[in-house]
Amino acid sequence: MIWSKRNILFPLKLTDSLLHGILRAGAVISALVMLLISLFLIVESWPVLGQISPVRFFTDLSWHPLEGAYQLMPMLAGTLYASVGALLLAIPLGIASALFIAYYASPRLAKWYKRLIELLAGIPSVVFGFWGLTTLVPLINQLHPPGASLLAAILVLTLMILPTITLTAYSALMAVPIEFLRNAAALGLSRWGMIHGVAFPAARAGIVAGIILAMGRAIGETMAVLMVAGNVVQYPDGLFDPIRTLASNIALEMAYAMGDHRAALFISGLLLMVMVMMLSGMAGWLERSRHA
Amino acid sequence: MSMSDSKKFLLICITFFVLGFGGLTCANAASGRLVLTGSSTVAPLVGEMARRFETMNPGVRIDVQTGGTSRGINDTRNGTADIGMVSRALKPDETDLHAFTIALDGISIILHANNPVTALSKQQIIDIYTGKITNWKSVGGADARITVVNKAEGRSTLELFLHYLELKNSQIRPHAIIGDNPQGIKTVAGNPNAIGYVSIGAAEYEAERGAPIKLLPLDGVDATIANVRNGTFPLSRPLNLITSREPQGLARHFIEFARSLQTHDLVEAQYFVPVEVN
Amino acid sequence: MLKINAMRWRHFYLDRLVQIFVYLAVFLVCAVFLWILIDLLRGGFAHISWGFLIESPRDAGRAGGIGSILVSTVLILLVALAAALPLAWTAAALLAEYVSTTSKLGIVVHYSLQVLAGVPSIVFGLFGNAFFSIYLGLGFSILSGGLTLACMLLPILVSTAEAGLRAVPDSYRSAAAALGMSRAAALFHLLLPIAAPTLAAGLLLGIGRAVAETAALLFTSGYADRMPGSLLDSGRALALHIFDLSMNVPGGDAPAYASALVLVAMLLCINIFAMKLVQDWQRRRTILE
Repeated sequence: MIWSKRNILFPLKLTDSLLHGILRAGAVISALVMLLISLFLIVESWPVLGQISPVRFFTDLSWHPLEGAYQLMPMLAGTLYASVGALLLAIPLGIASALFIAYYASPRLAKWYKRLIELLAGIPSVVFGFWGLTTLVPLINQLHPPGASLLAAILVLTLMILPTITLTAYSALMAVPIEFLRNAAALGLSRWGMIHGVAFPAARAGIVAGIILAMGRAIGETMAVLMVAGNVVQYPDGLFDPIRTLASNIALEMAYAMGDHRAALFISGLLLMVMVMMLSGMAGWLERSRHA
Repeated sequence: MSMSDSKKFLLICITFFVLGFGGLTCANAASGRLVLTGSSTVAPLVGEMARRFETMNPGVRIDVQTGGTSRGINDTRNGTADIGMVSRALKPDETDLHAFTIALDGISIILHANNPVTALSKQQIIDIYTGKITNWKSVGGADARITVVNKAEGRSTLELFLHYLELKNSQIRPHAIIGDNPQGIKTVAGNPNAIGYVSIGAAEYEAERGAPIKLLPLDGVDATIANVRNGTFPLSRPLNLITSREPQGLARHFIEFARSLQTHDLVEAQYFVPVEVN
Repeated sequence: MLKINAMRWRHFYLDRLVQIFVYLAVFLVCAVFLWILIDLLRGGFAHISWGFLIESPRDAGRAGGIGSILVSTVLILLVALAAALPLAWTAAALLAEYVSTTSKLGIVVHYSLQVLAGVPSIVFGLFGNAFFSIYLGLGFSILSGGLTLACMLLPILVSTAEAGLRAVPDSYRSAAAALGMSRAAALFHLLLPIAAPTLAAGLLLGIGRAVAETAALLFTSGYADRMPGSLLDSGRALALHIFDLSMNVPGGDAPAYASALVLVAMLLCINIFAMKLVQDWQRRRTILE
């Protein structure tokens, strides 16, 4: 496209190149932020890598930094148990909600329910954690002490990732071309048959991308889990045992960590970041292959 | 779209820029500023002292933050805090720091007020915390599982407690880990079968305000501030303010204020023992 | 009588079963949502008053209100926006107007923003603490917290702004070139005003995210609950206040409920406003075309 170099609105010849320069600067700085973050995380974790071999993060006896033990595995396990547990609960509920909005509900009902889900998505994690602490934990305590446990963490995380799964599944379902659905109806398929046979296969990439994003969110969640999970570093023996996740560990110990301990926390932060990066990379790849 | 709309838009962008830069160059309003970090036991007391100091010296701003005794030592050493708060005596490897005692305190075991158990021997406490005793009925209470509450690492309350029981942290089998004293009190107050340990001052303060907890005697000595004062309570400790160098100026002014007779009523209001400084 | 095919019965039952499951799931979600809302209202509604919104907290937050907390929250938000908006919107303008998606700069910026979007908030807190608080020496301050939040907001702001600019049809750009406008003129006088509702909606989305953020602020803007005197003072955000009241203050549940209600109400208003703007934009867009 040929743009005029000179005109009555911005008479200066320089304006275009100046603007271009400014825009480039802004974009480059934005891109640099990510680099800066990775750089700082690596710099801060470096000291401990020099003194402790990385294998120790998996083989030390326990996580007792003040005694020099830096075993990360129980917390990693806690993170994964809580996230996978939340996903197991949230996927059926989330997809069912998306199906409801897309195919089962009347337009008005669908609109209101979608608004409810969007509101749920906007509620901060502290509020969920607070509600979990004051309502869920005492309830679980009556069932089986101590109350602050893996189960509480799973329930709260489910509440938090449910809206993500619902909304991404909904947009994936909406992107299915309407002729597919009309063809299915013309063939006489029942509603579930249409969903199972036509809508799901067509929307699968989008739905799975949404699930992967939700998993990334669950792994990185700090506050809500910190408030309800009990924060004991151990492999849980059952749903009612307290656990500590990597993210809440950082929040708990960052305030007073020094030297090697602090560097170990930065390493767990790096680990979290790498896990979530891989997950969002997968989701993005799936998203792109859907559009292709 | 008329031109005035885009002009408005530009105006908004400029306003943001100005706010941003204006904020960056905004000078500090207070004429003096102190940052204190450290023990959650000392923090409420120092917070009250700081408020009184500020009313007596307008223009001064004192920020108090918790984080644990280790944080107090850490921040004082690297300059993040002007004064550190620690709830124990300094260790032999901390001789580079200067300590000023402002009060005395003790550590007590707390139970929920409805728990029928009224006393525990030292061995019973050790067994409960290492997981050998798991039900209240073994120590004369109801038939319910014990919820063991332990403090997070870096807290001197934990260190002193472990030292008294002659245990290491890796031997403890907790069911919940808490950070600040009030969090521990809140956890025990919310769970009829919980056991925890916190500073006596904090426990009495909260109990006075209606928290359903009770303090257990240790080795037969009641956990009261009177027993800390006369030295019979086995788990006593000094509450210290620390600095990395000889305190100067505003920091020195505040430390002297904190140790003076002017703050004794504040110390006693927090259920600690004031110290005499001559 | 018609002979009924066994498979047709199975399809019929399966269909009904799935329908029941979907309705149950939706009912469950609605029930939990209402449960949370009712709990919040029951716990906190009595505590809210005009004084609650204006006064500073006393006695660790058990008495008094959240006035200074609200001021700190707004200040942190303003710092975050002042830092993030210029960067985000210039990046979006570059990506949408000047740079094709397959060029190297475009790919790098897109990729790094996508990665940034996924980073957990606690990792931002770590970074903010290491970089802003310690390396740049800002300590625990509103400035430090605001700048950390700005890093978190960049991906949202850029992606919404870029989507808004890309949605403006190319015919507008052709018309601008035909009229002899320079690119700068076309951007400022034509494209930005048209995309303004989407940009504003993205801005509100970012504000909603920032106000809800806690983990990133724990180690950057600190805990002090008094009225901040300057941007270099420590300030407590509303979400942090709820966290502190619920975890650390026995007897702090009622003000925590009330603060949670205030926070949710604020977010609700922002969401509704953003939705209205997007609807307005969509309506205007269909009229224009």
